[in-house]
Amino acid sequence: MFGLVGGKPAVVKVTRKETVGTRARVLVENVLGAMGLTGEVSVFENEEGVQLEIRGEKMGVLIGRRGETLNALQYLVGLAVNRSESEKRRVQLDVEGYRKKREETLRELALKLAEKAKRRGRNVVLEPMSSQERRVIHMALKGRNDIYTFSEGEEPFRKIVISPRR
Amino acid sequence: MKELVEILAKALVDKPEAVDVQLVEKENSIIIELRVAAEDVGKVIGKQGRIARAIRQMVKAAAGRSRKKVVLEIL
Repeated sequence: MFGLVGGKPAVVKVTRKETVGTRARVLVENVLGAMGLTGEVSVFENEEGVQLEIRGEKMGVLIGRRGETLNALQYLVGLAVNRSESEKRRVQLDVEGYRKKREETLRELALKLAEKAKRRGRNVVLEPMSSQERRVIHMALKGRNDIYTFSEGEEPFRKIVISPRR
Repeated sequence: MKELVEILAKALVDKPEAVDVQLVEKENSIIIELRVAAEDVGKVIGKQGRIARAIRQMVKAAAGRSRKKVVLEIL
């Protein structure tokens, strides 16, 4: 049949490409295990980078005060999975929707403090935040003609200043 | 805690086989001693200690509410 009878069996080599996302997931799973936590890690990869979403119990430990622990882990995972890559991929970690909730909180805070700066006619200085969090605030107050925002100080203590326009 | 530091350090360095983590229990504290290959030291410390700070943060989280103070030393 089809002139293939008696032919050699086909040899197909299958290699699973180890992506940045897979490496990141395995590392996060190992870290969870070592911390005595059980959680499920899902990975989304797109051209922007790799997003990992962790769901599980007692995840507060993994988030830490104002996301300190989550940010530390995100930084370390980013470094680890990009170590051998020529092109750096952005790695973002979220736990139980924490980042989304925090973004909303930051946006509300930004609007409130913008009003305060306007009302008092003085600068309002926020507490130190990561670049990711500062970005949310800058974006929330972008393009306003009554106030403007900038950052001052050195990492990791860089903070946002909301300033009234005169 | 030892395992956590080992996993993180091995993921960051070029020579994971050279990573060595020892726990030294003191009366009021636990010291985690991390050793890596000489050429990898920068990979676990980072500019201005940023990587070391992140590893310490993870250790702090893992140590949780244990009464003992946990210290990470990079040797």
